[in-house]
Amino acid sequence: MYYDLVVIGGGPAGLAAAEEAKKNGAGSVLIIERNEELGGILNQCIHSGFGIHVFGEQLTGPEYAKRFIDRLSGTGIEVKTDTMVIGISPDKTVTAVNSAEGYLEIKAGAIILAMGCRERTRSSIAIPGERPSGIFTAGTAQKYINVEGYMVGKRVLILGSGDIGLIMARRLTLEGAKVLGVVEIMPYSNGLKRNIAQCLEDYGIPLYLSHTVTDIKGENGRLSRVTVSKVNGFEPIPGTEIEFEADTLLLSVGLVPENELSRSAGIEIDSRTNGATVNEEMMTSVPGIFACGNVLHVHDLVDFVTEEAQKAGKAAAEYLRENKDGVSGETIEIRNGANVGYTVPQKIDTGKIGKFAEVFFRVRSVLNNAEISVKAGEEILFSKKREQMLPAEMEKLIIPKKVLDAANGRTITVSAEEAEK
Amino acid sequence: MTYDVAIIGAGAIGCAVARELSRYDCKTVLIEKENDVAMGTTCANSAIIHAGYDPKPGTLMAKYNAEGNRMAGEICEELDVPFRRCGSFVLAFDENDMKTVRELFENGTANGVPGMEILSGDEVRKMEPHVSEECVGALFAPSAGIINPWGFALAMAEQAVLNGVELRLSFAVSKIEKEGGNFVITGKNGEKIAAKFIVNAAGVYSDDIANLIGDRSFTQNSSKGQYYILDKNQGELFDHVMFQCPGPLGKGILVSPTIHGNLMVGPDANPGSGKDNTATDRKGLDHVIAASRKTTTAVNFRECVRNFAGVRSEPSTHDFIIGFSGADDHFMNVAGIKSPGLSSSPAIAADVVKMLLEAGVPSGKKENFLRGRKPLRFKELSPEEKKAAIAENPAYGHVICRCETITEGEIIDALHGVIVPKTLDGIKRRCGAGMGRCQGGMCGPKVLGIIARELKIPPEEILQNRDGSFILTGKTGKGGDADVL
Repeated sequence: MYYDLVVIGGGPAGLAAAEEAKKNGAGSVLIIERNEELGGILNQCIHSGFGIHVFGEQLTGPEYAKRFIDRLSGTGIEVKTDTMVIGISPDKTVTAVNSAEGYLEIKAGAIILAMGCRERTRSSIAIPGERPSGIFTAGTAQKYINVEGYMVGKRVLILGSGDIGLIMARRLTLEGAKVLGVVEIMPYSNGLKRNIAQCLEDYGIPLYLSHTVTDIKGENGRLSRVTVSKVNGFEPIPGTEIEFEADTLLLSVGLVPENELSRSAGIEIDSRTNGATVNEEMMTSVPGIFACGNVLHVHDLVDFVTEEAQKAGKAAAEYLRENKDGVSGETIEIRNGANVGYTVPQKIDTGKIGKFAEVFFRVRSVLNNAEISVKAGEEILFSKKREQMLPAEMEKLIIPKKVLDAANGRTITVSAEEAEK
Repeated sequence: MTYDVAIIGAGAIGCAVARELSRYDCKTVLIEKENDVAMGTTCANSAIIHAGYDPKPGTLMAKYNAEGNRMAGEICEELDVPFRRCGSFVLAFDENDMKTVRELFENGTANGVPGMEILSGDEVRKMEPHVSEECVGALFAPSAGIINPWGFALAMAEQAVLNGVELRLSFAVSKIEKEGGNFVITGKNGEKIAAKFIVNAAGVYSDDIANLIGDRSFTQNSSKGQYYILDKNQGELFDHVMFQCPGPLGKGILVSPTIHGNLMVGPDANPGSGKDNTATDRKGLDHVIAASRKTTTAVNFRECVRNFAGVRSEPSTHDFIIGFSGADDHFMNVAGIKSPGLSSSPAIAADVVKMLLEAGVPSGKKENFLRGRKPLRFKELSPEEKKAAIAENPAYGHVICRCETITEGEIIDALHGVIVPKTLDGIKRRCGAGMGRCQGGMCGPKVLGIIARELKIPPEEILQNRDGSFILTGKTGKGGDADVL
């Protein structure tokens, strides 16, 4: 079995990447999706707020997905759902299984990785205590409630003020549960501002900043009590314990790009993003294998996933057409400077960009009245002012080509600093 | 009906005794207070089949360990239980430790442990490059192995049931009386079981069970041990079980690959922590990390997949307690089973059954001792075997647990096995779904749906693990589509 392009994952990233690749002339294109239907996690995100940038209107998750799914028809893009990829080799052979066709070995001219991410669990952050039932990651609870139609609890505490946690606070409240509070270890929320307002403040749900869960107790097998303590940095402060009588604890404690398959293909992984190291075309360290969406780095808005995936799709089509994996200009490495947690891409080939290059990054802490700078050594090549930058929000920096040319092959550093008062 | 033998407790010991007894024409019942077998100490331990150099010669532990190690290998082979004889090191960091290492070598020699060697620090690092530079030498014992401990007990229990042993789950013994020469065992819900002999294999509760017949010859203390299980990307760090020198509280913090490919680090020791206490605590977990640094600094604890705590048995006699009770010569204690209990269990079972037969349990051997079906483990198959498996049953082509690559076919097999699980953790123990890095976040709802469908029970009644550990609290305002789940 051979396809010019195999897209692994049929969520927002995979859908947009496949469509864009086909539009740009890719021959045979196959999307492999592990679930029974396309759309990925969007299918369980029944709240509104998707599509403001891409469609200029507010859609629910399933609506956003449906627009892309509908656009597949007539394109000739093939889809295999209920199909699990179990291996990718560096020579671009994809191994997958499903019930209908069995064990599949698919050779690909190019591959786009769009497997998304998974939620961090109680164990990833080693929350101590007993192990009763009633502890869910926010996404798992969302699936039970929004897709399966079952409630997960009555008195709920939420750890982590990431967007999924905030959305679930509102969702559970609307379904009749009592949400006792949202607990956040950082001194600021990790969710979008609009979600703090619309999901917590509108329902009078308290937000406990600089607090974390320090103990868990169960009764007859089910969660009964959660202890929350104030923290100094990350250290719980003895004597500050608050006890919550809760039968349910939801965890929204971060997402991890799911790159076990990428590693098996020998793809270089950036330890800061937990995703592949890519260039401006979203190509990984293995020529012809691209990555986009949450498997590359965790995004805040699906709209940006779509844009990134389109970039990857277009580049994959070009790769197939010209079979180009060589470098056409100078490769400039991007380093993280002050307050910058990571950048995507991590390197740019100046021969492949148009008038400018887009660099996405996240800051490590809240910055007000800040300046983003691009430096080569001590030389400031470019700078940009921002009123406020939040770790929860992905920043996009547009760097003109002439700035990169001025770097002259030197490594550049992206920093974000508050202006001197 | 009066059973010949009632075994109280379906942990590794109870299951091993049940399996051994099921070779004979006696009526045996295996009684367990939890809703599945292997839910106590058997489920939460270091998962090691010890070589046998630790116990002091002359103890019962010394008598059974090396022989149990050999037998465990055979049973795992016969019942297809995941087991790898990877070998173990006891690392020494100074001359005092080296003295201990030499003592352990002497113990091992006396206990019949095969193939031991004393190695230099450099020789150790040649075999295990991530061992600390501070290590000056070690005892190496090639016969130690890593095992799936609950799979081991479960396989033995299944074979026992297949050969006629009756299993009574969720039967918590509250009273034992004598009527007309037989025992009458009463459960918490009033149900009764009559038996001529009792084998007390109740783990950390075995003193409570012995007390029910007036046997107060020992007490059973407990010591909680906490562990880290790390991602498979850390499992590659070590090929062997890495112990430090044992101290007064046990074998100390070990670093070991698990049979599932993860890395295990732990346990700490908390004497007197309580029989029911399987909670982890920050202090203990931090101690595990700190103490492991002596062995190696290569472990990335941010890759934690699961923390757990297990309760070790600490008998007042400091040794296994095996034999008929002074209070009743038809009541046999198989108690105080501390480490190396799992390793010793097959040898203990063989001896226990010998004693029972000598005491008058019907000793006719069954003509057919059934072996049971080997489970299909999809991810371990070759491409050709995978093709054939899916062609035979398309459910093997449907991967449910993506972290561990567990298929719907394997889950269905588990649900129609000899001992039917009714909980998510029961499925996890049988086929591994939910054991991986996402800890069942992704496959949990799917597994729950498959249990509901196959066993025809409402989703709200499906449990995570123990009785009462329900997952769902009802339907949403508009929802509850049982077709989807």
